[in-house]
Amino acid sequence: MTFKFLYDFSILTQAIDKAITGSMSPFWAMITEMTIIGVLILAFYAVVGLYLVYAERKVCAFMQNRVGPNRVGPWGFFQTIADLIKLLMKELIPIKAADKLLFNIAPFIVIIAGFMAIAAVPFAKGLHAVDFNIGVFYVMAVSSIGVIGILLAGWSSNNKYSLIGAMRSGAQIVSYELSVGMSLITIVILAGSMQLSTIVEGQHDLWFIFKGHVPAIIAFIVFLIAGTAETNRGPFDLAEAESELTAGFHVEYSGIKFAFFFLAEYMNMFIVASIAATVFLGGWMPFHIPGLEGFNHVMDYIPPFLWYFVKTAFVIFLMMWFKWTFPRLRIDQLLTLEWKYLLPINLFNILLMALMVLMGWYF
Amino acid sequence: MLSKYIFYFLSSVAIYAALMVLISKKPIHSVLYLTLAFFAIAGHYILLNAQFLAVVHIIVYAGAIMVLFLFTVMLLNLNIEGEFPKKNIIKFAAVIVGGLILITLIGTFRTYDLEIIKNPTLNQIGLVKNLGKVLFKEYLLPFELCSILFLAAMVGAVMLGKKDIQ
Repeated sequence: MTFKFLYDFSILTQAIDKAITGSMSPFWAMITEMTIIGVLILAFYAVVGLYLVYAERKVCAFMQNRVGPNRVGPWGFFQTIADLIKLLMKELIPIKAADKLLFNIAPFIVIIAGFMAIAAVPFAKGLHAVDFNIGVFYVMAVSSIGVIGILLAGWSSNNKYSLIGAMRSGAQIVSYELSVGMSLITIVILAGSMQLSTIVEGQHDLWFIFKGHVPAIIAFIVFLIAGTAETNRGPFDLAEAESELTAGFHVEYSGIKFAFFFLAEYMNMFIVASIAATVFLGGWMPFHIPGLEGFNHVMDYIPPFLWYFVKTAFVIFLMMWFKWTFPRLRIDQLLTLEWKYLLPINLFNILLMALMVLMGWYF
Repeated sequence: MLSKYIFYFLSSVAIYAALMVLISKKPIHSVLYLTLAFFAIAGHYILLNAQFLAVVHIIVYAGAIMVLFLFTVMLLNLNIEGEFPKKNIIKFAAVIVGGLILITLIGTFRTYDLEIIKNPTLNQIGLVKNLGKVLFKEYLLPFELCSILFLAAMVGAVMLGKKDIQ
């Protein structure tokens, strides 16, 4: 079968690895492979970022009873590419009173954080750039670097609005990181591992959200709320509240540097969604029900990467739905929600999950 | 082979960043160079096969403490260029104290068993499972005492932040 690699990408990647190691010294083979993976992930980053912007505009348009972008290409499919070209052509306006060095590196710090996080996501069977043994923890750690870029961007622009936006954004990300981490730890207790490949393998009979029933569903909801807040989106986008702060931390950025922040925001959404899909909804693992052999076999015919992308797209759609239906929170409501509700619920939920795993009360 | 080059690269980055923390004129640049130094050290942890420690290092230092430093520098508007005036005797004392710490560290590591560092895959102590076992079996009491200390510090911070205390 020629399309066998769709079901197990390790056939393809091993063939490429063999070809590369066979033709050069191990040192250069290593460097070449690292470069190939880096370029592939970067390309993936750009394409997904662009098409998420398009998806958001379409989803938003349908929720507001509009058509959305429909002029460039069929159904406006090339609209965001046209936007990107426009942003590339635009002049980069230098800010006289800005701290030049920090102002210029801030967008890259935000991009690097997303880039590092996406490297650890398992896209399909055998299609997994780095499989750390502390995968979940690694993703949490590197995605927390992005906040440094946001704070620097806001501060170095030397603008009151951007500073306020950066402060709000920083306070928000630092607080909601706790909930994101703890809801993931709930599932780590059930999975017994932090390695993302093991977590996916552990869901071969049933996805964790069904396997861990009540605590897993609570953790999933908390993760969705906290993840939406961590990406500065949806009802939690008061860091860039247009009406009061013009655009928040990136108000002084122009042209492609602004596009970097814009892209990073959508990429962070993609990362949160793919972690939710991997940890709670089985990642690339098809939907299996223990006992129904025939059904499971039919599900296996759908390639794993399709499962992964459909689940991720579903979570992304949920996050867009939040954004276009909920009104924006105030800063005190935002912090109350995290520290007085989500965090205690989460701590209790971890205890509940630990008890459940000890007693064997899961499927 | 490759790890040797990575080691030299990370070490030079760490030393350069650490020097720049001291040399930079603006406090906010110092904070950033400190972050860079922390990242280089996290890379060293990964070379030593201690992935959990590396990630904890990034979360705690680069993620939490550096953000706190940035907040402080930004909110207090500490961005005054120029040297901070210090008396010569303080500089002299600082050099002596730093030098003494260096001598102590070298003295300690001189007699240290370097087998693990030469072959990091020999022992898996840096991985989360083994680390957890050590922490919760051999060092359970100190570990729990540390958490009580943290809790006390957190309660203290909340108390200080409260406005309406009689």
